[in-house]
Amino acid sequence: MTTTTIAGHEVEVTDEGFLARPDDWSEDLAPELAALIGLRLDDEHWRLIRFLREDYAVQGETATLRRVSTQTGTPVKQLFALFPGKPAKKMAYVSGLPKPKGCV
Amino acid sequence: MSGTRKHLLVLGAGTAGTMVVNKLRKRLPADGWGITVVDRDDVHDYQPGYLFIPFGLTTPEQVRRTRRPLIHDGVDVVLGAVERVDTEAHEVHLEDGRVLPWDQLVIATGTSPRPEETEGTLGPQWHREVGEFYTYEGAIALHDQLDTFAGGRLVVHITELPIKCPVAPLEFTFLADDWLRRRGLRERTELVFVTPLDGAFTKPVASRTLGSLLEEKGITVEPDFLVERIDQERKVLVSYDEREVAYDQLVTVPLNKGADFVAASGLGDELGYVPVDKHTFLATGHDDVFALGDASNIPTSKAGSVAHFSVEVFVENFLEHVAGRPMTHSFDGHANCFVESGHGKALLLDFNYDTEPLTGTFPLPRVGPLRLLGESRANHLGKLAFRHVYWNALLPGRPLGLPAEMSMAGKNPA
Repeated sequence: MTTTTIAGHEVEVTDEGFLARPDDWSEDLAPELAALIGLRLDDEHWRLIRFLREDYAVQGETATLRRVSTQTGTPVKQLFALFPGKPAKKMAYVSGLPKPKGCV
Repeated sequence: MSGTRKHLLVLGAGTAGTMVVNKLRKRLPADGWGITVVDRDDVHDYQPGYLFIPFGLTTPEQVRRTRRPLIHDGVDVVLGAVERVDTEAHEVHLEDGRVLPWDQLVIATGTSPRPEETEGTLGPQWHREVGEFYTYEGAIALHDQLDTFAGGRLVVHITELPIKCPVAPLEFTFLADDWLRRRGLRERTELVFVTPLDGAFTKPVASRTLGSLLEEKGITVEPDFLVERIDQERKVLVSYDEREVAYDQLVTVPLNKGADFVAASGLGDELGYVPVDKHTFLATGHDDVFALGDASNIPTSKAGSVAHFSVEVFVENFLEHVAGRPMTHSFDGHANCFVESGHGKALLLDFNYDTEPLTGTFPLPRVGPLRLLGESRANHLGKLAFRHVYWNALLPGRPLGLPAEMSMAGKNPA
């Protein structure tokens, strides 16, 4: 764990750069996190980020790619287009949530 | 049936369901509780044995028995497919129209591979150039197919997590490496491991150990690959981000899902697993429905060892629950998995919800005889011996002397 400053906020991050405490996240942090991985957020991104935040609050864990796809009606292909390469991880990162476990 | 007698209905007579009815038949009074177990057929397979069939290390006959003799007297066995559960009416409807009432319900119908979920899998080469080893038929077909393999690209592939026995695809790859060497084909074969994860396994510590084993054996890993379709004509796997992996022989692990009736009854998550309290197995929103074994959504391995440890905890809790007392036992997510690494050796992983796989010895501190997170011949022999233990001690519900709760004695974080 290390401490870093993003958008004027001092936050603690894991070894892989994910926010250590989901409560540290706020909407003004998301564009900064997105920029760090080369993304610019549009309405579609925001719709998914808000779903992830709400789902985490209820479920207590980061939604899997399949869960995001089925619950929001977004085809997996589109998730890959919006968050290229590693959509599950990138969505969690921008949403300030723990890296998805990928199950066991 | 007397009017006051209550009914425990268990759906699924696999590892978890069989252990539950056998253990509870001994513990619940026969005049107070009737116990019924339902399964679609009378065939019980020792599923860990499928892994060895393709390489001729186990025969199909060794993994298959009929269910009825495995279930204790005093338990009613009903053969039929479940259509849906009516939790309001406390009834289970079978596809043939029969209706079974219950006071307490246990769902133990496991998880199964669904090749139809990935486009192109069930083409003309299914169970030929596109093989699998997660079913009895698939393992036998793969044995016949490998017999004709003369070298090329052998690709082992996981569609999506979670899957039954998450280490099995790695074990298959290690065993394939060994098998190819013994046949003089290894030099002519490129072995590729394709996974949706960013490494060899989910738990970081095990991923590092297993990842270096793959490297030592010259196996290429293709990480972060989420398959969209299999193109059997061009013999390639295509991912959602349009990467391609070519194969001559593919061994795929299809998407795994819970039983269809779980979703049809409104009891499942997006993959048909029953959301439960991960410490008691009580289905979310119910006080008379439990889900055990691979059927639940608990965040640990879908494996027989987890079914075993969780049934031990469940039985004690269930007796308290039906006596109207709070459940005082809590499952810690304990799993232990043998990982075949080829050349007559295996590793052993031991972990739970909160602890990464450890080094040390198992089951006795410092004595073992099994070594954790390291290769040894004793581990391999332990894995082979387990088939006998499964049929003769585990399923009948005899104590194995292994504590359900994970012990830290003699173990060290890696």
